[in-house]
Amino acid sequence: MEITHDKEALPNRKPPTEQDIIDELKLRSKKYLRGKGANLKGLKDKKLRSQLVAREKLYGESAKAAAQAEKWIMPSDQGFLEAEGLEKTYRIKQETIAREVDILSSRNQYDITLPELGPYTLDFTPSGRYMAVGGRKGHLAIVDMMNLSLIRELQVRETVRDVAFLHNELFFAAAQKKYSYIYSREGTELHCLKDHGSVLRLQFLKNHFLLASTNKFGMLLYQDVSTGDVVGKYRTGLGRTNVMQVNPYNSVVSLGHSAGTVTMWKPTSSSPLVKMLCHHGPVSALAFHPNGHIMATAGKDKKIKLWDLRKYEAFQTLPGHANTLEFSQKGLLACGNGSYIQVLRDVSGAQNYSSYMTHSMVKGYQIGKLAFRPYEDVLGIGHSMGWSSILIPGAGEPNFDSWVANPFETPKQRKEKEVQSLRDKLPVETIMLDPSKIGTVKFTKKEKPTVEKMDADMEAAVEAVKGKKLKKKTKGRSKAGKIMPKKQDAIATAKRPYLEQKIQEEKKASSKKQKTNGGVELPKSLQRFAHKKPSS
Amino acid sequence: MKVKVISRSTDDFTRERSQDLQRVFRNYDPILRPQEKALEYQRALNAAKLDKIFARPFIGAMEGHVDAVSCMAKNPSQLKEIFSGSMDGDIRLWDIAARHTVCRFPGHQGAVRGLTVSTDGCILVSCGIDSTVRLWKTPVASFVESNAPIKTVEPASVYVWKNAFCSADHQWDGEHFATGGAQVDIWNHNRSQPVNSFVWGSDTVLSVRFSPAEPNLLASSASDRSINLYDLRKATPLRKLIMQTKTNSIAWNPMEPLNFTVANEDGCCYSYDLRNLDIAKYVHKDHVSAVMDIDYSPTGREFVTGSYDRTVRIFPNTAGHSREIYHTKRMQRVFCVKFSGDGSYVISGSDDTNLRLWKAKASEQLGVILPREKKKHEYHEAIKKRYGHLPEVNRISRHRHLPRPVYKAAALMRDMATAKKRKDDRRKAHSAPGSVTTKPLRLKRIVKEVE
Repeated sequence: MEITHDKEALPNRKPPTEQDIIDELKLRSKKYLRGKGANLKGLKDKKLRSQLVAREKLYGESAKAAAQAEKWIMPSDQGFLEAEGLEKTYRIKQETIAREVDILSSRNQYDITLPELGPYTLDFTPSGRYMAVGGRKGHLAIVDMMNLSLIRELQVRETVRDVAFLHNELFFAAAQKKYSYIYSREGTELHCLKDHGSVLRLQFLKNHFLLASTNKFGMLLYQDVSTGDVVGKYRTGLGRTNVMQVNPYNSVVSLGHSAGTVTMWKPTSSSPLVKMLCHHGPVSALAFHPNGHIMATAGKDKKIKLWDLRKYEAFQTLPGHANTLEFSQKGLLACGNGSYIQVLRDVSGAQNYSSYMTHSMVKGYQIGKLAFRPYEDVLGIGHSMGWSSILIPGAGEPNFDSWVANPFETPKQRKEKEVQSLRDKLPVETIMLDPSKIGTVKFTKKEKPTVEKMDADMEAAVEAVKGKKLKKKTKGRSKAGKIMPKKQDAIATAKRPYLEQKIQEEKKASSKKQKTNGGVELPKSLQRFAHKKPSS
Repeated sequence: MKVKVISRSTDDFTRERSQDLQRVFRNYDPILRPQEKALEYQRALNAAKLDKIFARPFIGAMEGHVDAVSCMAKNPSQLKEIFSGSMDGDIRLWDIAARHTVCRFPGHQGAVRGLTVSTDGCILVSCGIDSTVRLWKTPVASFVESNAPIKTVEPASVYVWKNAFCSADHQWDGEHFATGGAQVDIWNHNRSQPVNSFVWGSDTVLSVRFSPAEPNLLASSASDRSINLYDLRKATPLRKLIMQTKTNSIAWNPMEPLNFTVANEDGCCYSYDLRNLDIAKYVHKDHVSAVMDIDYSPTGREFVTGSYDRTVRIFPNTAGHSREIYHTKRMQRVFCVKFSGDGSYVISGSDDTNLRLWKAKASEQLGVILPREKKKHEYHEAIKKRYGHLPEVNRISRHRHLPRPVYKAAALMRDMATAKKRKDDRRKAHSAPGSVTTKPLRLKRIVKEVE
C-alpha cells in the first residue's frame, strides 16, 4: 500500500530548488537567532559598529550551523498521530495506537493498581529516565523507566502529599505529614526539612538548586539544597493553596489561590512580582509552556484559560474543569478531571488550542497528577488507584542533548554533570520575569521637573535661607541697615540656579520652535498654519 | 490512521564496547536551555575568578650576578638564550629553560651598559663605561646539563674608544651596530673605529635602537630630554623631538614599522608615529616612577616595561593603562626587561642582581594542553570578553594587589592630577572665553620638534 502510494506521488515531486533550501534554512535558524539582531543604523562609532557587525555575522553563522545540524544530524524524528478520512484524532483509542506501534513503545502503556495506598503523585527526572511516585498513605518508590524496574520502595507510614526529584535521581524530597524529608535513592533519610512546615506542594528549581514549597499556612519557602540556607520565606497572605508551578523559562514560582488570583514570586522579594485575577472562583491547576510565554490555568468556575505571559492576556478560554494541567515539551496541554484526560494541541501555531487526544480511565478513578515524561511520547498519570501511563504521540522532544539531560547517562557522566551543575549554580538574584535582561543596559529616563515642582523647590530654598539666623556681630555690623541687604543677597543667590535653569529651558524651547518652522519666519497671518504639512 | 511515537533502542544510543568513547548527541534548541544568559554570565564570573586563582606569573629567578643587572640582549636565533650584563662588568649567557648560566664573558673593567647580538646570532657586542667595545663569538648552542661547569669566553676583539658608552644596538639585517655615549657611533664588525658618528647637541646619548623594518633607521634618546632619528645613509640626523622629561629607552613596534614607544622618566610611555612627531599616538600611564626599559612583544600587540618603582608592567600597544603588573617582595629597581622570542615569557633584570622569569599571561597553563582543555580555555576567553563590560566581571578581572608604596604613590598622583585639573577648570571658567586652553596629555609633554 505504502509503496504504490509513493510511486504515484513520484512524478509530481520535484527536487527542491536552491531557493527552497535557503528558505527552509532561514525558517529553521529563526529560533536559534534568539530574537532580532541589534539595529546598528544609528551608531556613529565606526570601530564599535564594525565590531558589532562582525559579532552579528557570527551569530547568524552559528544559527545557520545549528539549523543545518537540526536538519541533517538529529538521530530521531518527532512522533505524530494523523487521522485519515473521516477519522478524528481525539476518537483514537489507546488500544488502536498500541496495535500500530512497536513493542518497545507499547510497553509504555500500563496501569499499576495499588488501591490501598493511593492517591498517587509522581515526578520525573529532567532526562525522563527515572520516576518517583508517592502514595498518600506513605508509599514512596523510585522506578527506572528504561527497563521498568523498581529501584527502591519504602513505606514511611505517614501522609505523603508530594514528591520531587532534586538535581539528579540520587536524591528526592517528599512532603510528609509534619515535615518534608530528603531521601537518597537507596531510601535512606538524609535530611528532615523542619523549616518548611507541613508542605502541600514541592518544586525543585534545578538551575538554582532551590527547593520551593508551599505549606498549610499559605507560606512560600525557598531552601538552597546545596548549602541548606533558607533563601526566602514569605507569607502569601492569600490563604492555603496546593497549586504551585515553576515557570521553566525564568524559574519564577507561581501560586494559584482560592480567590481566583495567580501570583508569581521570586525568592528575593516579599511581595509577588505579578498578581493577576484569572478566575471567578478558586484556581485548581496551573501549568507553563516550556518556552515560558504561555500559562494555562483551570478554575472551579468551569473554565480553562490560556494566557499569553508577554501581554498578561487570556488568548483562549475553554469550558471544563481540570484538577491538573501539564504542558509537554512540544507544547501539548494535558488536562485531567475525574477519570477523564484530554490533550489539547495548538495545530497551526496561531495560539488556538483544540482537542488532540482523549483518554478515559476506569470509572471511579480520580486523577490527581499528570506528568509528561521528558524526551518520550508518554504521559504519566497518578490517580487514586495507583499510577498509569499512556502514549501521546508528538508530546516529547525527540532529540536529547547529552550535556543537558541524557536518558542514557552513565554513573560517571552523572558525577561529572553534578560537579558542572554545582559550578554553574545561579545566584537567586537571577530569578526575574525577563531573564534575557541580564547583561543589558538598564535605561533610567531622567524625569524633567515640572514647572510647579521647580517653583516649589525655589520657594523651599528661599525659605531655608530666610530662616537662617545671622551671626551677632559687633561694631555696628549687625544693624538692621546692614542685615537687610545681606539677607536679600542670600535670597538672590538661592534663587539664581532655578532662574538660570528656567531661562535656559525657555531658550531651548524657542530654538526648537524655530527649527520646526524651518528657520523661515512666516508673516503673522500665516503663522497659525505653520504646523500643518504643506500640501503637494 | 498514521501514528509514530518516539522509540529509542538502547543500542543506538550507547557505546558497543567499553573501550569505545561515549556517544554524544547535541540538540541546540534554546528551549532546552532556560536562563542561558544568566548561566553564561555566571560562567563568565567564574572564569574571571578562576583566572585570579591560577594567576601565578612568577616562574623563577636566575641568580649568579654579584651586582645589579644593567642590560640584557636576546639572541634572535636562539629562543632559550639570553645575555645579561651587570654593573661589575660581568656578562653571562643564560639558558632560560634550565634557568642557569651557560657561560661567562669576562673582561669589562666597569659596568656593562650596552649589550646586543647580531641578527644571525653569531656575534655578541658589549660596551661599557670602561670606554671599550668588545665583540664576542657566541658559543654554539648545545644541550648542556644543569651541573656542567660554566665556560668562559675570550673576546674576539676589543676596541678602545674615547668616551664611556651607555647603550648599544645591532642593525637588523646588516653588519653595523650603533653605540651611544657622548655621541651616536656607527661601527662595523671589522673596523676598530666607528665608521660614522652623529652629534646633535652635547649631551649623553642614553639609548639607541635600530628599526626592525628599515635597517638604516635609528632612534636614540639623550639626557637633554630629546629623541633623535637618524638615517645611516645621510650625513646628518633627521629629526629631533624634545619632551619635558628625558627618555630612558626606546622600542620599535616590530609589526607596525612606523610606530615606536618611548619609556619616559615621568612614569609614562609615549607611542609615536614616525611621520607625525608633534603629537603622541597614545600615552600609557600607570607606573608611579621612572620607566627604565621597554620591549615589544614579537606580535607587536603589547609591550613590557620595567620601572624604578620596582614593578614590571605589560601594556597593550593601543591602551592607556596596563593590563598586568608584576612585583615581588625581593625585586628591587628594574633596569631592563625583555619579551622572550615567542612572546610567552617576560624576563626582567633588577638592582637585586637577579634575572626574573615571568609568564606573559599570568594565568596561562604551561605545558602540553589537551584539545579539550584548549577548547575550554577558548570558551572562557570568549565569555569573559562577552561579559567583560559588566561591573562585577570587570572588577574581578581588573583588580590587582599592589605593593603598599606603589598603591600609595598612585593614589597620591591621582590626587595631584585631580587637584591640577580642578584648578585649571576654575582658571578656565574665570578667564575670558578662549584665552585659556587645555592641552591634551598627548600634546602636553612635548616641548618642540626640531627638523
